[in-house]
Amino acid sequence: MALLSKKDANLIKDPLADNNPITIQVLGICSALAITAELKASVVMAVSVLFVLGMGNVAISLLRNIIPSKIRIIVQLIVVATLVIIVDQVLKAFAYELSKTLSVFVGLIITNCIIMGRFEAFALGNGPWRSFLDGIGNALGYGIILVIVGFFRELLGSGTLFGFPVLGNPIDKTGLYAFGYENNGFMIIPPAALIVVGIIIWVQRSRNKALIEDN
Amino acid sequence: MSDKRLTFKKRLHILKHHYRDKKMAPAFNAIHTFLFSPDDTTHSGAHVRGADDLKRTMNMVIMALIPVLLFSMFNAGYQYYAAIDVANNVSREFSLWENFLTWDNFWIGIIKVLPLVVVSYGVGLLVEFIFAIIKGHEVEEGYLVTGMLVPLIVPIDTPLWMLAVAVVFGVVIGKEVFGGTGMNILNPALTIRAFLFFAYPTWMSGDKVWVYQAVERTGTPDAISGETVLGALAQNHLAELNYSVSDMFFGFIPGSVGETSTFLILLGGLFLIYTKIASWRIMVSAVIGSLVMGYIFNLVVDLGVISEASNFYGLMSFEYWKHLLVGGLAFGIVYMATDPVTGSQTNNGKWIYGFFIGFMSVMIRVFNPAYPEGVFLAILLMNVFAPTIDHYVVKANINKRLKRFKNATILPKDSDSRAEELKAETI
Repeated sequence: MALLSKKDANLIKDPLADNNPITIQVLGICSALAITAELKASVVMAVSVLFVLGMGNVAISLLRNIIPSKIRIIVQLIVVATLVIIVDQVLKAFAYELSKTLSVFVGLIITNCIIMGRFEAFALGNGPWRSFLDGIGNALGYGIILVIVGFFRELLGSGTLFGFPVLGNPIDKTGLYAFGYENNGFMIIPPAALIVVGIIIWVQRSRNKALIEDN
Repeated sequence: MSDKRLTFKKRLHILKHHYRDKKMAPAFNAIHTFLFSPDDTTHSGAHVRGADDLKRTMNMVIMALIPVLLFSMFNAGYQYYAAIDVANNVSREFSLWENFLTWDNFWIGIIKVLPLVVVSYGVGLLVEFIFAIIKGHEVEEGYLVTGMLVPLIVPIDTPLWMLAVAVVFGVVIGKEVFGGTGMNILNPALTIRAFLFFAYPTWMSGDKVWVYQAVERTGTPDAISGETVLGALAQNHLAELNYSVSDMFFGFIPGSVGETSTFLILLGGLFLIYTKIASWRIMVSAVIGSLVMGYIFNLVVDLGVISEASNFYGLMSFEYWKHLLVGGLAFGIVYMATDPVTGSQTNNGKWIYGFFIGFMSVMIRVFNPAYPEGVFLAILLMNVFAPTIDHYVVKANINKRLKRFKNATILPKDSDSRAEELKAETI
């Protein structure tokens, strides 16, 4: 027996490609632009959102029958805020430098549209297991874009990956730099992330024409 | 026309029909129409329509750029030898025939400027060809002018691979993603320059990049320097400025490849106005805008608000009309701001659009010493605002006419003498 039924598996698979929260729904753009200058920060951000969204979806799903609909946004905010504070404290305790890099953006996971969106659209109407899968799926879909953008921005902008110099040393002029290559300062600044995300959207939609909205 | 040429043309036509509906057809047609005029005119895109087709329009701009290009090739060498003389403490008297229009100077132009032109056209047209084949339409002529502008607005020592990367970026992100020639929001040549500026700032600003070999010689006994006028002013190095007004006007100063000679740019601008290719409204209003802003800064200095130690003093105290002679302002106004695709389309809009380009160029120059040259940023910014300006100009016109319509006297139907009078008055 398969681990997941086909319907459940789609909860994870869809957000990775054809229903990606960033490239298709265009949610969570702000953090995708802000923290993707380094691959490490992108990965940590992706993992943080994975934790918050997975746990949050389960929590909301368990509470879904007792939350009065008039104050559901407040309850959702409390759940997500609690989880974000946990993430923030863990980062501060075990990865202080990284939490400095991410600065306010960990706190701003609270306002990440993907999280509130999944709470509203899915967790309030589905059981805990399916909500968990949906949360994981969407967070992975978000994370994969972050990692792709972070990969290109760090590689082209700083010539490193996870902080390791992969293209040679720009000061000693080794590796590619010996041939006159230089880091692209444009990739460091946030507008570059917008363009990289735009290119991903472009590639994705030209591979799958069904995704192109007609207006 | 000889018989041979006719048969060649005929053969091309036969080949054209042979390749029709094949994947390679656009690439072939592009070469075909480059040599011979096609039998149809521009029929798509948001261009101004005229009897002459797009390629002929673009060729006019190219013709206006040729003198600038030739001058820049001589100036490349002149600046190089002048900088060496300065480094060796040899005094130098300028003489047009003896040390400017010489083969030595031109040779440096050939080895430094021509490769920039070749790379710009080669890479840019390659991207256009690839996109034309993917999309299955004819190769668009849009790159003809861009390809000539790009080498003229970069520093002479720009590494060729950087230029190639920037051209790919500029053509793909600046133009093709919006739908190709005629659909772009931003001027592609300036997109390319902006990309270079933000990606490789050390190659686009400072006091080393403007003269051939200045970068390589840094730190050696043969070190030479060539600070632009704006660069020197931005750092308050007023004493180092020993260029006369006529040097600045005729362009014997360091700077981006083709931006230095205000005189030739002026001639090119007059040619473009005469042939009705470029809008004189944009040029005039941009000049007015820069003069106004420069004059305001001069007034501020006269009032004594700014001390000489201030970072802004150098550029603020620069006489207002001299702003037009240095840096890329003149080049930008004549060749970039007047781009018919990205500029304002309405006549009133053109005045507003041009004015703000001049106004903001000088403002960016003065207030941001990190960007001694502000004209490319100002034009890109106004490119973004051009549709908004047009929208409000059109709306204002509609409102004006609505008002006139409401106040208009309704003509009586029967033709008595009073009605005739009213009619004459109204019309």
